[in-house]
Amino acid sequence: MAIGLAHYLVVGAVLFGLGLFTVLTRRNAISILMGVELILNSANINYVAFSHYSTGNVDGQIYAIFVIMLAAAEAAIGLAIVLAIFQIFHTIDVEAAETLKD
Amino acid sequence: MQLSPVIFYLIAALTVGSAAMVAFSRNIVYSAFSLLGTFGGVAGIYVFLGADFVAGVQVLIYVGGILVLILFAVMLTHRIADVQITNRSVGRIPALVVIGIFIFLLIQSIRETPWAKAKEIVYAPTTTIIGEWFLERYLLPFELASVVLLAALIGAVVLARKETRE
Repeated sequence: MAIGLAHYLVVGAVLFGLGLFTVLTRRNAISILMGVELILNSANINYVAFSHYSTGNVDGQIYAIFVIMLAAAEAAIGLAIVLAIFQIFHTIDVEAAETLKD
Repeated sequence: MQLSPVIFYLIAALTVGSAAMVAFSRNIVYSAFSLLGTFGGVAGIYVFLGADFVAGVQVLIYVGGILVLILFAVMLTHRIADVQITNRSVGRIPALVVIGIFIFLLIQSIRETPWAKAKEIVYAPTTTIIGEWFLERYLLPFELASVVLLAALIGAVVLARKETRE
């Protein structure tokens, strides 16, 4: 059976589901960021697969590069926030950092 | 028998398996290192799709940059001895059920949609055309990207430095 568009979409869907699971269940801020990276990767697979199988030009690849760039910025900012939270609360459990509620 | 479907399934299994490790592992260091398999597998999928430049960017930025950043953050925020305690997950069973149904629906809709077939798939180097398009069609987003990266750089430094008050 030849590899077609649907195969790549299924891989993207499973990656998205696992990333969403990570974001939903983890209480560790770094793990949540890992889940976000999984979700962004699955979106990138879809971009590149669609551009490869529909138009054949590089529009989707350029979008994927922009997503990768934003993921790098997001990781840098997110991990800086995690470090700041760790300095204040001495833990990175996101349920500990809820003093804004009080 | 062709070899390429076998390689595709191997790469897909590596990607999904490592992502499952990220999602389910009890030890955050294992989770962080499993990301290596996921990012590498996704780079392999890009190669399969004829996106050589994106695959290179994926390896350079994700594996070389983001993964190292995540590992640094793990090492900086944990006393290695009590790593297991802090990788807590909450509500796994309901999340597993909901995500399982969600993935099932996604795959079902992917299988039933009549996707348009590609006319003719050409495998050619993409770096030249991506470079040209970045400086013609996508010039404004390209410049905005540099501003975003500069802002992220400064923001990360400001957020992560130690507060010193006089």
